[in-house]
Amino acid sequence: MAQRTVTIASSVGLHARPAALFVEAAQETGLDVEIGRAGEDAVDATSILGVMALGAKHGEEVVLTADGDGADAALETLVALLSRDLDAEEG
Amino acid sequence: MSGDTRHGVGVSPGTAVGPVVQVAPPVRPPADEPAPADAGAATDLVLEALAAVAADLDERAAAADEHAAPILKATALIARDKGLAKAAGKHVGAGLGPAHAIDAAVEEYAAQFEALGGYFAERVTDLRDVGSRAVAAVLGVPAPGVPALTEPSVIVALDLAPAETAALDRTRVVAIVTEAGGRTSHTAILAAQMGIPAVVQLPDATSIAAGTTVAVDGDAGSVTIDPDLPLLEEQRVRRERRTAALAAVSGPGATRDGHAVALLANIGGVDDAVAAGAQDVEGVGLFRTEFVYLSAQTMPTVEEQADVYRKVLEPFGARRVVVRTLDAGADKPLAFAHLGEEENPALGRRGLRLCQARPELVDSQLEALAIAARDTGADVRVMAPMVATADEAAWFASRVRAAGLPKAGVMIEVPAAALRSRHVLAEVDFGSLGTNDLAQYTMAADRMEGALSDLLDPWQPAVLDVVAAACAGGAETGKPVGVCGESAGDPLLALVLAGLGVSSLSMAPSKVPAVRLALSLHTLEECQALAAAALSARSAGDARDAVRAAASEELTSVL
Repeated sequence: MAQRTVTIASSVGLHARPAALFVEAAQETGLDVEIGRAGEDAVDATSILGVMALGAKHGEEVVLTADGDGADAALETLVALLSRDLDAEEG
Repeated sequence: MSGDTRHGVGVSPGTAVGPVVQVAPPVRPPADEPAPADAGAATDLVLEALAAVAADLDERAAAADEHAAPILKATALIARDKGLAKAAGKHVGAGLGPAHAIDAAVEEYAAQFEALGGYFAERVTDLRDVGSRAVAAVLGVPAPGVPALTEPSVIVALDLAPAETAALDRTRVVAIVTEAGGRTSHTAILAAQMGIPAVVQLPDATSIAAGTTVAVDGDAGSVTIDPDLPLLEEQRVRRERRTAALAAVSGPGATRDGHAVALLANIGGVDDAVAAGAQDVEGVGLFRTEFVYLSAQTMPTVEEQADVYRKVLEPFGARRVVVRTLDAGADKPLAFAHLGEEENPALGRRGLRLCQARPELVDSQLEALAIAARDTGADVRVMAPMVATADEAAWFASRVRAAGLPKAGVMIEVPAAALRSRHVLAEVDFGSLGTNDLAQYTMAADRMEGALSDLLDPWQPAVLDVVAAACAGGAETGKPVGVCGESAGDPLLALVLAGLGVSSLSMAPSKVPAVRLALSLHTLEECQALAAAALSARSAGDARDAVRAAASEELTSVL
């Protein structure tokens, strides 16, 4: 099982738009991806409501885990996504 | 020839023609929904409903502009959420019908988001919207809310929620018509703010078939179904004459003989401030600060508040900005300043009364305003809502001065404050008549109750008597008294108010040009004569007719 720790860069935390971008990316991996705080129950990273209910704020550390082929590469992509301020990229 | 013309109450000026788009009300699960006979089939129904909602939202996202598309896509993601489907399925298993199961699952997540507060709590609206749409799909009734607009349309609804009105695509909404609502309902205020013609209280508005062409006249308060060419031509000519007349006057408000009456804007947020700042207005007569607090679960910090106030003050440079301190309670409850349920919230601990119970609220707001005023160099004047007595006015003024702000004032919206304005105004620097609440309290008629619209008519002679009493106290103490209710935006009533001694009129910016024109066509003495005519009338209708008959024809011909 692959695992990565990353700090939420979005200035408003992992809410509507950043959460939607993250969940879409997690869905695209086709893997079972989970997100959570270290030592707490993780939630399904492909569920927008689960991810939003996590309530991860700006600057908080979260742990991503994934299983299956290409899990390492998939997590790299997701870590890169969370390390950017997704809200600042509004078009 | 033209089809029938119906009459309601015009609340936002201008005319428009377009096809009707009906807005369906939110859908709730039926109280008599039976427990499912077949849990498997009921679960399938839930899944199909959620999938249909997601597909519909995706379709709308594809057709939407760059601002709306991401919001619709994110909402589609909620409808497609595995967790939501699983939770609803669990409720079906426990014996709930499909509509109630969806509702229960939505409310579980809503409770979690509300507990998180801030940005997360704001998403509850989207979540409930998905739930309501899915319930509609289960029941086979039209989806709630404003449908996707493909062409310039006239929005017709029983009533619109403030959030629905605010989210309207301004480029495709040419007019708003509601069957309920009232002169001072949120729809009326927001439509005027957005400069969209609007008529409320239109009989049987919701029975007009979607797609029917209607002509809306927001000045006369009429809606004509299937208008014929002569009527459209008449409206067009009047619109052109009106535009030309309004364009002919500009700058600070004044009567024909040069008596100044400041023309100001009512604003309720940063977007409004930026829009109003670019208009030909002399500043802001009412900045409603509730938006800073209403969506928050905890009190915003002083720095967070100051940040917002700076953004609101900046567009006005050296012009005045009159700020109403937090007016919470009654129809605008606050998550973090709730004093418990009240039998009668409009007469309860709201406005300044709430602030006296929780002084830290008003102190932190005044501190933030002082910081923003210092940083921007703006002419900030602060006033308190719901003041009834001279003691309350003195309490507020001392806190404003302690915060280092130069000018303290009071809203005059309780008849007691108007009747005793001599003593109330002696404690402060200025007064501002909130005519919407003043009418509500003078006439003992709930301003949110559309059926009482006649009692709430700002032309009610009793309300004008109370306004006159407030102005008499202003004249005696030498303190300026303005008006910041919707009556300030009625060009004929504005003349009466000027005649009664009001020194500033604050309204939705779209209403300023017609009021400026009205003032420029009359002398102060003429305004005083119009005020006397209104005060001596027996009814609201008589007062309006008397003033219209005596006002300059140059004005009435373009109203």
